[in-house]
Amino acid sequence: MLQVSIYRYNPDTDAEPYMQEVEVDTGGKDLMVLDVLELLKGQDPTLAYRRSCREGVCGSDGMNMNGKNGLACIMPLSETVKGNKLVLRPLPGLPVIRDLVVDMSMFYAQYEKVQPYLQNDTPAPAIERLQSPEDREKLDGLYECILCACCSTSCPSFWWNPDRFIGPAGLLQSYRFLADSRDTATEERLARLDDPFSVFRCHGIQNCVNVCPKGLNPTKAIGHIRNMLLSRAT
Amino acid sequence: MVTAVTSMGRSGLYDWLMQRVTAVVLLAYTLCLGAFFVFNSDVTYLQWQELMSRTPMKIFSLLALISLGIHAWVGLWSVFTDYLTERLMGTKGNVMRLILQVLCGLVMFVYLIWGIQILWG
Repeated sequence: MLQVSIYRYNPDTDAEPYMQEVEVDTGGKDLMVLDVLELLKGQDPTLAYRRSCREGVCGSDGMNMNGKNGLACIMPLSETVKGNKLVLRPLPGLPVIRDLVVDMSMFYAQYEKVQPYLQNDTPAPAIERLQSPEDREKLDGLYECILCACCSTSCPSFWWNPDRFIGPAGLLQSYRFLADSRDTATEERLARLDDPFSVFRCHGIQNCVNVCPKGLNPTKAIGHIRNMLLSRAT
Repeated sequence: MVTAVTSMGRSGLYDWLMQRVTAVVLLAYTLCLGAFFVFNSDVTYLQWQELMSRTPMKIFSLLALISLGIHAWVGLWSVFTDYLTERLMGTKGNVMRLILQVLCGLVMFVYLIWGIQILWG
């Protein structure tokens, strides 16, 4: 029997959050954490968490498993369970709505700030804006982000300043458009980032790289943004 | 854009660059003094005084002192704006942060003037 300690909080009935201790019969299989949550929900239908695609694409079930953020649907028990114990908590730093469901408004507000869409003020061509294979390659490692918030909510700078620091997820997307050969708003994008908080709260501790379920490297992207800001200013 | 009136240069890039440049100066100064102590294991007052009385060393020491002040300001400003904020502590956070930053500025100013007095006194 797997020992599971799970964060529970229902604002309608609980004065404060608590950890619920439960046992789950995994049948000796190396289940995904999401499977364990489904078994738990079978025992207690009041348990709340987000999920959708169950294959690491939608980014809905980001949570903290034994102290490390990740996607429950693609996290096998063998990779996270230590000493037959699984501790499940919501993503850190964001307000909890209920149990493992967090309010991601601040995360999305930062994402919105970077204007994550292509901007081009030249006349639109008849069919499409072409890009060379080399220029297209520059977007690899950037466009794959699924906005699960595992990175930003593992970043202490984002915990303390979620209203002012864009965070690794937003900055990765920011660089995705700064690096896009079809985007013509580079100067405006950089001008909006040159303050003491938006980019420069990143101290390069790489928690974001450590937890990204898609294997992306936001710290590297932030380094590229810094270099672009430096080139622009010197 | 977010601005902060109490940061070193009011620009994230400027603060970031200053912190890196001053870190290099402080590293060079530490290595320089470290080498002096390695090659003079039983250093005497006269040797120390002779080293510190040279004009290049005085300039280097002053540069290191100024670098320390700038580095400390940028670093502590980051720490204060992480933990002592209106979001975490209400208005009290802003008041405490401002008081601590003024105190830090004062201490750095005293160290600088004191250092100049020692070097050229």
